[in-house]
Amino acid sequence: MKWIAAAVLTVVLALLPFLAGDFYVNLASQILIAALFALSLNLLVGYGGMTSLGHASYLGVAAYVCALLTSRYEFGHGPAAVISLAGTTAMAAFFGLLALRATGLGFLMITLALSQVLWGLAYRMSGVTNGDNGIAGLTRPRPFGVSLDNAASFYWFSLIVTSFAFLLMTIFVSSSFGSSLRGVRDQPRRMAALGFNPWMIRWITFIYAGFWGGVSGLLYVYYNKYIHPTSLSITSSAEALLGVIAGGSGTLGGPAVGAALVLLLKNYASAYIERWNMLLGLVFLFIVLVMPTGIVPGLGRLATAVRRGSR
Amino acid sequence: MSPPASDYALEVVNLNKAFGGLSVTHDVSLAIRPGERRLIIGPNGAGKTTLFNQISGDMRPNSGAIKLFGTDVTRFKPYTRAHLGMSRTYQIITLFTGDTLEHNVTLGLLGLRTSRWQMWRPLSYYGDLATQARRTLDAVGLLHLAERPISDIAYGEKRRVELAMALAQRPRVLLLDEPLAGLSNTERSQVKSLIASIPRDTTVIMIEHDMDTALDLAETVTLLNYGRVIVDGDREAVIADERTREVYLGA
Repeated sequence: MKWIAAAVLTVVLALLPFLAGDFYVNLASQILIAALFALSLNLLVGYGGMTSLGHASYLGVAAYVCALLTSRYEFGHGPAAVISLAGTTAMAAFFGLLALRATGLGFLMITLALSQVLWGLAYRMSGVTNGDNGIAGLTRPRPFGVSLDNAASFYWFSLIVTSFAFLLMTIFVSSSFGSSLRGVRDQPRRMAALGFNPWMIRWITFIYAGFWGGVSGLLYVYYNKYIHPTSLSITSSAEALLGVIAGGSGTLGGPAVGAALVLLLKNYASAYIERWNMLLGLVFLFIVLVMPTGIVPGLGRLATAVRRGSR
Repeated sequence: MSPPASDYALEVVNLNKAFGGLSVTHDVSLAIRPGERRLIIGPNGAGKTTLFNQISGDMRPNSGAIKLFGTDVTRFKPYTRAHLGMSRTYQIITLFTGDTLEHNVTLGLLGLRTSRWQMWRPLSYYGDLATQARRTLDAVGLLHLAERPISDIAYGEKRRVELAMALAQRPRVLLLDEPLAGLSNTERSQVKSLIASIPRDTTVIMIEHDMDTALDLAETVTLLNYGRVIVDGDREAVIADERTREVYLGA
């Protein structure tokens, strides 16, 4: 039943370019990218109980590596994508070793510190990253010779990648490893006594989340054809975390809904008020007060209550 | 891996643990034979749970050794000890509250299987896990609640789930930390007969305050006080010992 619903949703989403103009199609592409990024973070936050404030590292590093390889070193898009994903995944493995020495707040601080280091490097190592000017003039790949330069084709490309990622992440969290992961989130001590290795389970998840963060980074740099240090900033990490929590951490679709909300607020509200962050804060406050577990679980409960009430 | 032959299921040798200046385990030595039923008693703060935490690997001793069937496990992680046949329950109920009883027991089974690393097949793919979990729940008399979440069931039932999770693993050494704590009289006798029915290939070491019930289950008794072993031996001998009365029975 859930699979049918997901398939129907995908088909409906695929029809969007026939119904809406380029502006909205581009907005939808951005939402897909933000959703994929939030979904990867949700593996850590929602399923692993590892609240990271440095997830932008994976988006940013994959984007930067890809940008540098294609623009400066004239790599093709295929090899550039493979190398940047491999590099990002390896970096996640290393960062995991450092960050998973701690849990809870300590973990959060280490992930934040590591991402701040990268952010600082992106700004200061201007010989490599072009500093505050960012790297411009990038191109989009041409998978199987199909140009992604118009809004619709890029949207479909993002939709395919994001749907595939969503499917694989869903399989991951529904697997018996996923059960081990949730067990470690809820009762790490008991899980260790039962024969599970909590550290290894967390580390594997950390690497997997880093990999998908990297995939979202590739889409991000393809979309913008430009990369700037802000992609590595704490704001970038925090927005994703906000999306995960607002949408419902530890649910399959919640983070995508939350990410869409954050992105729409950012795009629309910023056109009217300069201090759109304040509005975002108010919306977030409202969600936390009314639906503390997030929009998706909150609406689910509401739907159950309405159904019960109408009977 | 074949562990070196040993006469003992569990050996604790000159174990020491101190928190700052407070010595909570002081030169403790125990030797427990395979199949033995050992009761560990002692007043509050005697260091019983701390001793358990060191045996199960949650806590590192400052010195001394812990041997499981002759294998020195002192520096082993808790999960490695679990794979060597050690299992434990907790004094404070430590269950997965949002999950069903069946899922809780299944996690106990999964912990000892390689399928715990399986990343594309759901838990439900392994039908034998569910079957075995249900069999264990049946043994503790909770099969009718298998589909209910832990948060739905009563305290006494949670205590039995604690036991079921450990029993499902068919441990060679089972550590029970106050399995009767907070139970009503009826529940007490239920859990008591449950513990009595544990097969003899499992060695049972139990911390318990309820002497009336626990003494029936025990063959040998260790009395701890201020982190030291005060008396250690057969049940009758320990009960009769003057020091036991002094420390514990409140003479």
